[in-house]
Amino acid sequence: MNWKTFFALLGRDAHVARRNIIPVLLQTFLQPLMFVFIFGRVMVSSGYMPAAYKSLLLPGIMAISMVFTGVWAVAMPLIAEFQFTREIEDRLLAPMEISWLAVEKVFFGTMQALLAGLVVIPAAWLLLRPGVDLNLNSPLSFAAVTLLVALFSACGGLALGCSISQTHIGLMFSMVLTPMIFFGCTYYPWSALAHFPILQKIVLINPLVYASEGLRGTLVPQFPHLPVAAVLIVLTIFDALFLATGLRQFRRKAVS
Amino acid sequence: MLAGIRTRDLRKIYTSPPALASGGGFGFGPARSKGKKLPKPEIVALDGLSLEILPGEIFGLLGPNGAGKSTTAGILTTRVRPTAGQAWIGDLDVWKEQVAVKRLIGVVAQRPNLDFALTAREILLFHGAYFGIDSHQRAERADALLDRFKLRDRADQMVRGFSGGMMQRLSIARAMMHDPQVLFLDEPSAGLDPQTRLLLWEIIREYNQSGKTILLTTHNMEEADALCQRVAIIDHGRNIALGTPAELKASVPGGYLLRLRFGRHSPELLQRLQTLAGVTEVRANTDSQNNDLQNSSSADVYADRGGPLISEIANLASSANVELCDVHISEPSLENLFLHHTGRSLRE
Repeated sequence: MNWKTFFALLGRDAHVARRNIIPVLLQTFLQPLMFVFIFGRVMVSSGYMPAAYKSLLLPGIMAISMVFTGVWAVAMPLIAEFQFTREIEDRLLAPMEISWLAVEKVFFGTMQALLAGLVVIPAAWLLLRPGVDLNLNSPLSFAAVTLLVALFSACGGLALGCSISQTHIGLMFSMVLTPMIFFGCTYYPWSALAHFPILQKIVLINPLVYASEGLRGTLVPQFPHLPVAAVLIVLTIFDALFLATGLRQFRRKAVS
Repeated sequence: MLAGIRTRDLRKIYTSPPALASGGGFGFGPARSKGKKLPKPEIVALDGLSLEILPGEIFGLLGPNGAGKSTTAGILTTRVRPTAGQAWIGDLDVWKEQVAVKRLIGVVAQRPNLDFALTAREILLFHGAYFGIDSHQRAERADALLDRFKLRDRADQMVRGFSGGMMQRLSIARAMMHDPQVLFLDEPSAGLDPQTRLLLWEIIREYNQSGKTILLTTHNMEEADALCQRVAIIDHGRNIALGTPAELKASVPGGYLLRLRFGRHSPELLQRLQTLAGVTEVRANTDSQNNDLQNSSSADVYADRGGPLISEIANLASSANVELCDVHISEPSLENLFLHHTGRSLRE
């Protein structure tokens, strides 16, 4: 493995991200923070939502930010670089096995997703305070869940970015990401779906369910949530599945 | 280390539209048919191509669009998987030892593929970094190349706003950044103004003089003629002629080509043309649609002289009571050679 090349590629991505820091920040945080403000602050202080909703909402918002950031950070550049600008060709010719280029993208996307997730916590806490009741009982399981969520979003971005053509980007958002978010137990716990037993089973194929439930279980365990151990196992499986699919699709796109 | 290029019986059959690696257009997903499985359409891009390019040679692949030039370059640069056959850069099998091969080659694609998120200088610097060049040497080389390609004053601007010619120059500078032993140039001067083309040719010759092997694909015979030590003419994925430009031109009967169009078809006139001094071959063009549509007939005359023959041809035509409508004279050229071998023009 040629680490010099790998780090040079990471350096390139970091350089570009630094150059685009303002749009990247707006794109990552504007939507979740507006959501936090309206639902956590406006709706709660006007009495339409109970005060406890603030704490319930935060892990969901964190999951959305991470998944959106990871998917976006990996998928969008890949779609453009493979199809529109073809600028990935130069990096495919770097002296390194080409799958490592995909691994580099996943690594970078994971870092961005982690950053997004970790920034949302203090930002939301500031916006929502007082009354956010975080109980970080097991920092280790929180770290494990966060890492797996970040990895799943970046791997998902790789799989999507290498499977979707430029003309279908809009479709990717309306058909994949939006339903994922609404049926991803982000704004409500999974147990809230008990009145819709069939839907409650179906949403279990949505990886975002495990992301939000896992973060809920480790950040605000006082609310009902799926068992954290099960969440860790399922997220690991999703990570492996998306990574394998993504790498296969990537090779298919890179070599004709 | 000097490195040549070899291919043996390369075949490539595409079952989906060629992706970006082979210089195709915009990508689109494979059409999926549900239910009945239709056989995938097969496009034979290469049909048993064998080439041997010597170390330190400027070699040209000449052929019309779709002849298989870019696919050949794609296979040799690890971007296209050959359906059958083998390819080597130096002693390295291209498909099996991709990483080692990538260290030896520099590639300029047909369409600019510059990193739009970077400035011109950064493109060169990051490319150098991918190849593990240390930062001091990287900066030096980038400066030298920016100077050589006359890009110094735009070095710190984003390439988004560059003209086509500037992008092309920067692509070539980038390919030279890690000082590769073998340089691949796919249609390098397409869309360049004459002045830039001359600069480019000069740089290519200079690079070759330092012992580097250069494979050039082009459908511009003037370029092949000016730069290449040897040329292979490719059509339908096969090698149809190989040699130095001079040898190839000498192999065209007569060298000169006179394309004639007559008011009506007259076999006896064509026979009499054959008897003119210096005429080596006369071919009636039967496939041309013009023949029936415009009630005229055309013929290609290969001869060892051009202009001086015209008055004799005109005399023969008027004595046979056939109107001579159009005359086009081409001097000995690779274009004529291509026409001679395939019956088609390079530009068709």
